[in-house]
Formats: sequence, structure tokens, C-alpha cells
Amino acid sequence: MASRRARRDAWLGYALVGPSLALFGLVYLYPVAYSAYVSVFQWDLMTPKRYVGLANYRELWSPEFGEVLVNTACYSGGVVLLALALGLGLALLLNHRGAWSAALQACIFSSYIVSWVAVSLLWIWMLDPQYGLVTYGLRLVGLPAVNWLGSPAVALWTLVLVTVWKTLGYPMIIYLAGLQAIPGDFYEAAALDGATGWNRFRFITWPLLSPTTLFLVVTLTIASFQGFDIVKIMTGGGPITSTMIYVYYIYEQAFQYFRLGKASAAVVIFFGLILLLTLAQWLAFRKRVQYTT
Amino acid sequence: MSHPSPWVRALTLLGLVVVAAVEVGPYLWMVATSLKDLPSVTQFPPSLIPRPPRWDNYAKAWQSGPFLRYFVNNVVQTAAILVLQLGFACTAAYAFAKLRFRGRDLCFVIVMACLIVPPQVRFVPLYILFSHLGLVNTYAALVLPYAVSALGTFLIREAFMQISDDIVDAARVDGAGVFTVIFRLLVPMARPTIVAFSLFSVVYHWNDFFWPLVMTTTDAVRTLPVGVSMLREEGTGARWHIIMAGSMFVVAPVLAVFAVAQRHIVRAFTFTSLK
Repeated sequence: MASRRARRDAWLGYALVGPSLALFGLVYLYPVAYSAYVSVFQWDLMTPKRYVGLANYRELWSPEFGEVLVNTACYSGGVVLLALALGLGLALLLNHRGAWSAALQACIFSSYIVSWVAVSLLWIWMLDPQYGLVTYGLRLVGLPAVNWLGSPAVALWTLVLVTVWKTLGYPMIIYLAGLQAIPGDFYEAAALDGATGWNRFRFITWPLLSPTTLFLVVTLTIASFQGFDIVKIMTGGGPITSTMIYVYYIYEQAFQYFRLGKASAAVVIFFGLILLLTLAQWLAFRKRVQYTT
Repeated sequence: MSHPSPWVRALTLLGLVVVAAVEVGPYLWMVATSLKDLPSVTQFPPSLIPRPPRWDNYAKAWQSGPFLRYFVNNVVQTAAILVLQLGFACTAAYAFAKLRFRGRDLCFVIVMACLIVPPQVRFVPLYILFSHLGLVNTYAALVLPYAVSALGTFLIREAFMQISDDIVDAARVDGAGVFTVIFRLLVPMARPTIVAFSLFSVVYHWNDFFWPLVMTTTDAVRTLPVGVSMLREEGTGARWHIIMAGSMFVVAPVLAVFAVAQRHIVRAFTFTSLK
């Protein structure tokens, strides 16, 4: 009886997991393997593909691709640092109950769940060199106009600022959760010892938030690494190639130049980098577990 | 905490006012622009309040492309993905949480491995696959790549594992079929997780621009975010009142849901990422 039920359960298990597993294989695992395969061919999808060995990878070893990596690192680095600092600042300011605090939290978080397309269009308009609200505001206080999206030296940092504006709500919410997990006793004890506000932050809040910070650094890095929408809509990778970041580069190689082999080689490297970041996250998570127990 | 000095409090308040202005200001500007006429859009210095409000901008934006089509496509895409994800995730999660079979843990590890494969890794190979199968520019190309969710499977498995085996066994002894057990018994008990995951999925795919952009080249299957992004490319000069009105088609439903289910949405996004 028991073994019959066990056998029936096993069949049921395979029947229930099978379809999911087949789909995961088709739309997640097969693409990874297929990218590695295509990456050693030259192929435009129209004509037959031609085996070229590692030529696609050698071609990526170029100043052009180096610039893409630098742009991506600057974009990610800028977004992570600013979003962390501002997110923590806001969490500290808003860490109390009250209607105003809750309303402000809601406003800040709302832009995190709003469409990238809408946010990107809105900011092109805000930053319009002729009629934009920001242009007007700068002129009002007597500051020189900035060519936000038209100057190669500035455009990438403009994208960083807009991304931070949009995604700030996420680190804020995560930090708020972290702050609420710190026992109040710690602060009471510190107050008895006469610790100042800065010292309370330096010796209690910041160290106890370090697992949260670690988690955010990795998740924000991975997320910003995948940035695409904002570039596609706001700059198209330009001016020149100053805002060409990684995923947009893959997109351009694949869908504008139809160089699917080279695009696939870039995908393989991209996946390798994501794996490294995920490994970092896993190590950070292990550290967090050790920390709390 | 102890009493901060009045200076600190004044600075804090000032900081919060600035943050509120920077966060909310652009939204208000979006709404204000969407209600202006062309002369006041290109007026400098800009007027802050549209007088009189031009509600017909919304009708103009809606008619400047096949927006009903985009809207329907967006709804179909988002809904189909949600239904498939929940269906596959609940059935697989039941097997992972409540059944014993050889290779179960290996299967689960394979699913978890998919968690680290982002769409940006999948779009080139899947585009090639779909173009071979003649599936580019079909709903299948929009929906199939997201039909299964590793995150959803993981979260729902966790929720099912919290539910006592005795309850499941009792129902099975009473003769309940497997789908009755999953969808009538376990799913209602795992409701908080299912609601959180559903909100996450719906918001993500409603807003998604990247995937539909890559997989569609005709209006028949384009979705709202792609349609809205094209308002600017087709525009002649500064039609910002139309573009801002069009943007509201994507933004307004999300903000409306957020206004109603704010607590759930915040929880959905923190919970799905912290796990």
C-alpha cells in the first residue's frame, strides 16, 4: 500500500514538474548554450553561417568594446553609489510613523514601479534645452544652461541621475526594513552613555545595516548592469558613443548590424559577468547569515 | 531617540521638502504638459498651470496610432504571462514541496539556476529561434519566454512548504484530485505569497519595453510601452503635450493599482527580492 502510493507520488511528481522543466530548458537553458554555439560563427541570419573560431571574441577585444565596458562601469558605479547614499539618507529621515512620512515614502517608491518609457520621455522633456522645466529653473537661479543629453561628457551622468531618480525608492524601502530590525535598546543604551547622533549612526546604525548595504550593492549592480530602456529612448547610445552601455551594444550588434555571432559572443561575456556578480551575492548572503547568528 | 536641536529639525524638514519637490514635481509637470495646447508648451518661461485644460490631448494621443490595439495587446500579454506563470509555478511547487520522487532536488536546482539568466542573455538566441519557427511578431514570442518563472516557483514552493502535510494527506484520503488539492486547498492558504508574486509579475510585464521591442516589428502585436515610445519618433517637432498624454496610458493604470494596493505592492517588491 505504502509503496504503491510512493510510486504513484513519483509519477505524479514527474508529471507536474515535467512541463515546467521542459519550458525552463527551452527558454532559459537552451538560449545560454545556443549563444555559446553561435558565438563561434559569423552569421547575419540571411546567409548560411560560417565557422570563425574565436574571431568574434578577438574582435570584441577592441577600444570600441573597452569603451562600452567603461561606460557600463561608470553608469553602474554612479547609480549604485548615489542610490545607496540617497536611499540611506531618505530612510534615516523617514524612519518614523506618521502620515507625511508615509505619503512621501509612497511618492518616492511610486516612480520605481512606473514604466521606464514614460520616465525617460518625461525627462527628455524636463531637460529640453529650449523649453524644459530644468532649463528654466537653472536660468531662474542664474546658473548656466547644461547640455544634458547633447554633450558627450555629460550625457552618461544625466542617465545616471535619471536612473537614480527612478529607482531610489527601492534602496530606501530596503533600508527602512533594515532600520526597523535594529532593536531600540541599542539606541537607549547609547543615549545613556551620552553618544551623539553621529556616533550613534557610526557605531550602531551603519555596522548593523552592513548586511543590507552588501545586499543592495550586489542587487543594484546587477540591475543597473542590465540597463537598456533609458538608453534606447533618451540617447540611442550617443552622442557619439558616450552612452553606449553593455546591453544596448548587444542590441545594436544584433538588430541594427545583424552580426549575430559577435552579439552572441558579447552575450556570453555578459552572462559570465552576471555569474560573477551572483557569486558575489551568494558570498555576501553567506556572510549575512553568519553575521546574524 | 533624544530631542534633536531645532536647527537639525529645520534642516531635516527642508531636506524633505526638497525631496518631495524633486520626486513629485516631474509627475505634476507631466500632467500639466499633457493638458496644454501647443503654444503654451513652447512658451518660455513656461506656464505652470494649463489654462484652459485641453482634455482632448488624450483623445489626440489615443488616435495618433492604433492605441486600442496596443492596449489590448498589453493586457493580453500581461494576463497570459500571469496565468501561465501561476499555473506552472503552483503545480511544480506542489511537486517540489509535497511529493517525494527521485531527482526532485536536482530538478529544483535546475529551476533555481534559471533565476540567474536575465532576459538580456536570452533575447538574442530566442530571437533566432523564434525567427526560425516563424514566431517573431506573434503573441507566442511575447508570452512563451516568460511562461515559467523561477522566482514564482521558488516563492510558491516556500509558501506550500509552510503548510502542514497532514492537511494535504487528509484531503487526498477524502479523494480530492491533485488539481483540487493544489488550486482549492493550497493556493488559498498561500494567498499572501501568490498576491505578492502576481502584483510583481503584472507590474513588470505591463511596463516591459525591452522584450516587446525586440520581438515585434508590426503594430498588430506591439504593446503600449512600445507604442508610446514611438510617439516621439513619429512626432513633428515639440508635440510634448501629446507625448505626455500618451505616457499617461502606461503610467495611470500602474499608479491607480498602486494607490489602491500600495502596501501589497511595496511588500511584493521587497519580498520578492529579499527572498
